[in-house]
Amino acid sequence: MAAFAEATRIFFRIIQTTHHLQNTAVPGGRTTSPASLQKKMQELATLVTPASQTDNTMDQDQYQREWPALRQTYPPGSPALTRNAERKHYTTRGTGQAVGSQDTTGSGNRTHVPGFHSAVRFRQLPRPLKTIVLQSEQLRYVINQVSKESGEATDIVQEEAVAIVEEMAHRLQLSTIRFFAFALSKAFKTLFRSVHVNEEGIQRLQQAIQEHPVVLLPSHRSYIDFLMMSYILYTYDLSLPVIAAGMDFLGMKFVGEMLRMSGAFFIRRSFGGDKLYWAVFSEYVKTMLRNGYAPIEFFLEGTRSRTCKSLTPKLGLLNIVMDPFFKGEVFDVSLVPISISYERVLEETLYARELLGVPKPKESTSGLLKARRILSEDYGSIHVYFGQPTSVRSLAQGKINRSHYNLIPRFIPRKCSEDTQSFVNDTAYSLVRRQEENMVLRPWVLIATILMQNLDGMDSELLAEQTTWLRGLAMAFGAFLDWPDQAPIAKVVSSSLALHHGLVCSSGGRVRLEEGPQETASPEEALFNRAVGVLSCASYRNQILHIFLRPALVAVALETAATSRNDDVYGSFVYLRNVFSNEFILCPGADVQDFEEGCYLLMKCGAVQMLTQDIVVTERGQSILSFLSGMLEPFLQGYQVVCRYFCEEASEGLMEKEYVPAVRSFAVKRILSDGLKCYEALSSDLQKNALAALLRLNALRKVKAADQVSLKVNKMAAKAVEDTLGGKVPVQKPVLARL
Amino acid sequence: MASNCNSSESERQRIAQQRLKIIAGHLQKEEDGELPRIFANDCKAEATDRRSSSASTMPKRRQEIMKWNGWGYSDSRFLFNKKGQAEFTGKRYRLSGMIMPSLKDWFEGTFGANLQHKTPAVPSLNSSDVQPPSLNEAFVQDLKASSIPCSNEAEDRVFRAHGHCLHEIFALREGRFGRVPDMVVWPNSHDDVVKIVELASKHNVCLIPYGGGTSVSSALECPPEEVRSIVSLDTSQMNRILWIDEKNLTAHVEAGIIGQDLERALNESGYCTGHEPDSMEFSSLGGWVATRASGMKKNIYGNIEDLVIHLKMVTPRGVIEKSCQGPRMSTGPDIHHFILGSEGTLGVVTEVTMKIRPIPEYQKYGSVVFPNFEQGVACLREVAKQRCAPASIRLMDNAQFQFGHALKPQVSSIFTSFLDGLKKFYITKFKGFDPHCLCVATLLFEGDRERVLQHEKRVYDIAAKFGGLAAGEDNGQRGYMLTFVIAYLRDLGMDYYVMGESFETSVPWDRVLDLCRNVKERIVRECKEKGVQFSPLSTCRVTQTYDAGACVYFYFAFNYRGLADPVHVYEQVEHAAREEILANGGSLSHHHGVGKLRKQWMKESISNVGLGMLKSVKDFVDPDNIFGNRNLL
Ligand SMILES: Cc1cc2nc3c(=O)[nH]c(=O)nc-3n(C[C@H](O)[C@H](O)[C@H](O)COP(=O)(O)OP(=O)(O)OC[C@H]3O[C@@H](n4cnc5c(N)ncnc54)[C@H](O)[C@@H]3O)c2cc1C
Repeated sequence: MAAFAEATRIFFRIIQTTHHLQNTAVPGGRTTSPASLQKKMQELATLVTPASQTDNTMDQDQYQREWPALRQTYPPGSPALTRNAERKHYTTRGTGQAVGSQDTTGSGNRTHVPGFHSAVRFRQLPRPLKTIVLQSEQLRYVINQVSKESGEATDIVQEEAVAIVEEMAHRLQLSTIRFFAFALSKAFKTLFRSVHVNEEGIQRLQQAIQEHPVVLLPSHRSYIDFLMMSYILYTYDLSLPVIAAGMDFLGMKFVGEMLRMSGAFFIRRSFGGDKLYWAVFSEYVKTMLRNGYAPIEFFLEGTRSRTCKSLTPKLGLLNIVMDPFFKGEVFDVSLVPISISYERVLEETLYARELLGVPKPKESTSGLLKARRILSEDYGSIHVYFGQPTSVRSLAQGKINRSHYNLIPRFIPRKCSEDTQSFVNDTAYSLVRRQEENMVLRPWVLIATILMQNLDGMDSELLAEQTTWLRGLAMAFGAFLDWPDQAPIAKVVSSSLALHHGLVCSSGGRVRLEEGPQETASPEEALFNRAVGVLSCASYRNQILHIFLRPALVAVALETAATSRNDDVYGSFVYLRNVFSNEFILCPGADVQDFEEGCYLLMKCGAVQMLTQDIVVTERGQSILSFLSGMLEPFLQGYQVVCRYFCEEASEGLMEKEYVPAVRSFAVKRILSDGLKCYEALSSDLQKNALAALLRLNALRKVKAADQVSLKVNKMAAKAVEDTLGGKVPVQKPVLARL
Repeated sequence: MASNCNSSESERQRIAQQRLKIIAGHLQKEEDGELPRIFANDCKAEATDRRSSSASTMPKRRQEIMKWNGWGYSDSRFLFNKKGQAEFTGKRYRLSGMIMPSLKDWFEGTFGANLQHKTPAVPSLNSSDVQPPSLNEAFVQDLKASSIPCSNEAEDRVFRAHGHCLHEIFALREGRFGRVPDMVVWPNSHDDVVKIVELASKHNVCLIPYGGGTSVSSALECPPEEVRSIVSLDTSQMNRILWIDEKNLTAHVEAGIIGQDLERALNESGYCTGHEPDSMEFSSLGGWVATRASGMKKNIYGNIEDLVIHLKMVTPRGVIEKSCQGPRMSTGPDIHHFILGSEGTLGVVTEVTMKIRPIPEYQKYGSVVFPNFEQGVACLREVAKQRCAPASIRLMDNAQFQFGHALKPQVSSIFTSFLDGLKKFYITKFKGFDPHCLCVATLLFEGDRERVLQHEKRVYDIAAKFGGLAAGEDNGQRGYMLTFVIAYLRDLGMDYYVMGESFETSVPWDRVLDLCRNVKERIVRECKEKGVQFSPLSTCRVTQTYDAGACVYFYFAFNYRGLADPVHVYEQVEHAAREEILANGGSLSHHHGVGKLRKQWMKESISNVGLGMLKSVKDFVDPDNIFGNRNLL
C-alpha cells in the first residue's frame, strides 16, 4: 500500500496540465472548422483558469437534474465528476523538472489522491462475459454452421470456440492495475517531462460514458499508447477500457499476461476467412458494448504507424462496434477520437530501421528490457487530446436504413450492405482526420520539416528565420501548435535541437542531420546510416503533413497541370490525390472538398488568386508554393523510383513478396549512382503504398498461381505514371476519365 | 326491438343459474376475507340509461352528454380543487368523487408543471367561428325526401370533424376549427345507408362514416383540399342487436352499436363478445371493423378479425357480403380483409355477425411485481410460449408503475391501504427490488372458477422463475380501472401546459426490449433537441402477447411552456418516435390504424405493389372517391 501511495504521489508530478500553449494568435480559418479550432485552443487554456472563471459545471448539474432519463440508460459513472470542481484549482505550471510541488493555488494540498478506484471495476454482468459470449445465439448459430460445413461435431467446434475465447479474453485484476500505475508512473516520470491532458475532454468523456457505450480510438504511434490511455483514465477515475491488442504481445510471456490483467484482450492479426474466430471475436466485443460493460478501446489504424503519418483506417472493428447500433441493440454508441502526440517518439530510430528492412525485433520481453536503455533518455512531453465524442446515431442519420435488419433474425451474421460499408469507411476516415487535427505539434516538427528540404544542412539563423515563417503559415492553416511562451526563436530552435540531439547536430552555425559513423562504413552502410537519420527526421515532418497536404497537392497540381485553368489544375489534383490515397489520409470521394480546402488555404495565405477560369500564383506565393511542393517532393520522387523500377528492372513474374527487397536495392543503386537524394524511396512504407497505387492505376496486375502472387507490369502505364509525377507530361484526360 | 327473440324459458333458467354461480363466486371470495370482485365492465362508466338493452347510450346530439373539446362524458373530469388536490368529478366511475392527494406532486414533479400556470380551454363553442356549411342542394333535397334525419348545425358538425389525436383536441381547446363536415346524417338502418350512398354517388357528395369518434389516426379529419360537400354519416342510430343464434353462438348486430351497449345487451342474455378495446365506452362495432381494432381480452376471444363471421358493407358499387356463414372458407383472398381496416375509404359497414360466448362464470384480477422491465418481458414471453396467457396480461414499466401510485385515491374501499400494503411488501418481500426499476404486470383471468385458479397458479409459477412476486388482486384491478380514466387525464394536463399522446406498435419478441428502450430514449432526446425545457414523461407497456411478438404501447407527455409552436414540436417528436419504431423492427400500427397520420409510411410498410393492390381495390369499389376521407392511401 505504501508503494502504491508513493506511486500516486510521483504520478501527480507527472500528470500536469501545463500552460504553455500559444494563447495569442488564434489560428484563422481552416476551411473545415475554424471555430472548432478556436474553441480547442481556448479549451486547453481553460484548464488553467481558476474555477471561478469557468463555471459551467452548474449548467451541467442543472442539465442532469432536468434530464435524468438520459443518464439512466448507462451504468453509474465513477465519482470523477464530483472531483472536477476540485481539479479546477490546479493551476500547475512548469514543464520539465516535475519535482516538488507545482501547486500554485497555494493550498499545498493535492486534492486528487485516488484512494479507491471504483471505476476500475467493470460493470457487473448477469453471467461471466465469456459465458455470455459462448452461449449467445450468434455464436451458437455460427458453431452449427461451421459444424455443418466442416462435418465436425458441434461440441468440437464449441470447444474450439472456448479455446478462442480463452486465448482472447482479458482478465482484469485490480492489483495488476495498481502495479502498472506504480511502474508506469515511475517510468513515465523518467522518460517524459510532462503529460498534458485536456481535462475538458476528460469531462466530455465522463459524460459520454454515462450516456452510451463508448469506444476510445487513440492514434497509434508507440507501444506505450495504450498504457498511457489506461493510465490516464485510471488517474481520472474513469472506467478503465478493455483494449483490443495485437496477438504479437502475447509472445512476450510475462508482459502479455500482465496486459491481459490490465484489460487487454488479444486478437490475431489475420483471421481472414475464419468464420468461427470472427464470430467469437465480434460477439466478445459486442457483448461488452451492449451491456455497457466498459469502454472499448482499439486503434483505428490497426497497427503502429512507423512513419508517424496516420495510416489508412481498418474497418473491421469499427464495423463491429457500430453493429449493435444498426441493429437497435443499443440506442447509440459514442466514438471518441484521441490524439496522443509525443515530442519524441520512443521508437523513432527503431521504426526507421524497420522501414529500411532491418527485421523488426519480435516483441519479446528481452526486447522490452533492452528498452531500459531508453529510460535514461529525455523524451520531452506528451499531449493527450480527448476529442469530441461523436454519436454514431447522428452520423448515421439519413445514411443508414436500420430497418434493413427487420426481416432476418439479428443473430444471423450477414455481409453488410454497400451503404453500410461506405458509411463505416467514411466515418473511419473522418475519425482519423479528427485524430490528426487534434495532434499537438511542437516546434521541432516545423524544424524537421525545414531540414528535410535541406538535407545537406543549413545555416542556423536561416533555420530560425524559416521556422518563424513556417510557424506563421502553419497557424494560418490551422495547426494545433504548442509553442513555448515568449521564448525567443533562437532559444526555441536550440532547445528543440538539444532534445533531438540524436538526429541533428549543430556546429559552427550550421545545422545538419546526424550522419552516423562514417569512417569505416562501406558506401552502402553509409547510405543506410544516413537513411536512418533521414527517415527518423521525416517521421517528424510527417506529423505536420496533414496540415499542409491539401494545399501542397494543389501546389504540385499547379506545377504539373497543362495550364493554370481551374479544371486542368483540378484534374491534376484529382490524379495526385488518387495516386497518394494510400500514402495520406484522403477520404474517398472527397475530391471536390479537398480541392476547395486546398485552394481556400492558399488563397487565404495570399499564395494564389482564384479567378473565374484560372488559378493565378501571386508573387509572394512562389515561395510558399515551392515550399509546399517541396514537402511532397520525396513522395513524388519515391513513386517515380518505384515506377522506374518496374519499367527498367522488374523481372517477368516478380513475386509480390520479393517486391520490397528488390525495389529497395534498385533504389540503393540509383541513389549511389545518380546521386539521387531520395532516401524515402528506401522506405518499405512508401514502396507498399506505391505498389497499391500502381495496382489501382492498372499499371500492375496481381496474378495468382498456386499459393504465389506475382506482379504483372504494364510498362507503358507505369512509365506514364512516372512521367506524370515528374511533371514531364500533364495529366492525361483519359487517365482522368478512368478515375 | 327485442334483443333476444328466441330465448326460451329453459334458456332463461340456465342464464339465471349462471349468474347465481358468479355471485356465489363473489361471496365465497368474501368469506376468504378478500375484497369483492368487480368485473372488468364494472370499471367503466355507468351508462346514462340502463333500463333496457335497446336503449342507446349515444344521443344524436352527442354534445349533450359528452365534451365537445375533450375526452368522454361532460360530467367526468379531473381538476385540481382549491386546496390543490386532484379530484375526479361525476358519479360514473369508481374513481368519481374521489380525491387523489399525491397526483399533484407527481404532476409537478414529473413535468415541472405548476398549478399557477394555467392554459384553460375556450369555454364554449362559438358557432360563428365555424365555416358555414357548403351544401349540395340537390343531395339535401333528395335526402329530406327520404326522411333520414340530418343536421347542419355547427355543434353537430364540429363534433364529427375530429377524433382524439392531440392536435385535434388542442385546436378545439383553442377554439380553432379547420374544415368540418357540412352536414351530419343519422341513418337508422342498412337500407337508409344504401339510400344515402346512392344519393351521394348521384350528386357527388363526399361521405365520411362516423362511428364512435374515438379515432386516433386523424382518420375523421376532413381533408382540407376537399371541395365537394362533406357529409358525416353518423352510425349511432344503427345500434340494435338483430338476432342472437345460440346454436352457433353468433349475434347479428348493427354496426353503429357502441361497445358498452353491445356488451350490456348481450350480458342480459348471458353472453358477451369479449371484445373490449379500452375505448369501448364510446367506440363502435363498425369503427372496430374499419380500423382492425384489438380488445384487451383478445387472448381468449380474439381480435376483431377473429370475431367477425359475416360483414355487410355498402359501397358506391353496391353491397358487398358473403353468401354464407361458414366458419372458414377457401374462396380466394378473404374479402373481409379488404373491409377490415378499410378505415372508411370503401363504404359503410352496416351489419356484422360476430361470435359470442357465454359470460364467464368467474373473473379474477392479479398482479405481479418484477425486479425490472427485462425480467417482466422475459416472463411475458415465456407465458406466450407456453400459450397460457390469461385473458389479459399487461406489463407496465417503472414510470407507469409510479404513475399508478400517484392516482391512489384518499379513501376508497377498493383501494384500501393499497400503498401501505405495498410499503409492507417492499419491506418484507421486495427488499431486493429497486423501487426505481421494478415494474408490474396486471392480469385478468376468466373462466370457470377451478380453471381460473389453476391457470392463475401456472402463471404465477412462471412469473416466479423470472423473479416475479404476486402483488395482489387490487393492484391488478386498479391497473385495468385506470385504463378507462387515463384518457381523461390528458385534458387535465392540457389545463396546465402539459400535452401528451399515446401510440402503439407490434414487434417480434426478440426486439421488444430494444424497441422500448430506444423509442423511449428517442422521445427524451427529441424533446430536448426541440427545446422542451423539462424532461418529458416517456413510458411504455406491453399490452398484448402473441406467439411471435407483442404489442407495445407508449405514452409520452411534456411541459410545453416556453415553446412557440408546441403542437409542431409534439408532431416532430411523434414522427421521430415512429421512425424509431420502424427502425427497430416495429410495425406501423398494431390496432390504431393508419388514417392520415401515418399514411406517409404506408409504402415503406407494405411495399409498392402492396399499395398498388389496395389502390386498385379502391379504384374499383369507389371510382369517384365518394368515401373521400383520404385515409390509408
Ligand atoms: C382512449 C382511447 C383508447 C383506445 N383504445 C383502443 C383499444 O384498446 N384498441 C383499439 O383497437 N383501439 C383503441 N382506440 C382507438 C379507437 O378506439 C379505435 O380505432 C376504434 O376502433 C375506433 O372506433 P370508432 O367507432 O370510434 O370509430 P371512429 O373513430 O368513428 O372512426 C374510425 C375510422 O373508421 C371509419 N368508420 C367508423 N365506422 C365505420 C363504419 N360503420 N363503416 C365504415 N367505416 C367506419 C371512420 O370513417 C374512420 O375512418 C382507442 C382510442 C382512444 C381515444
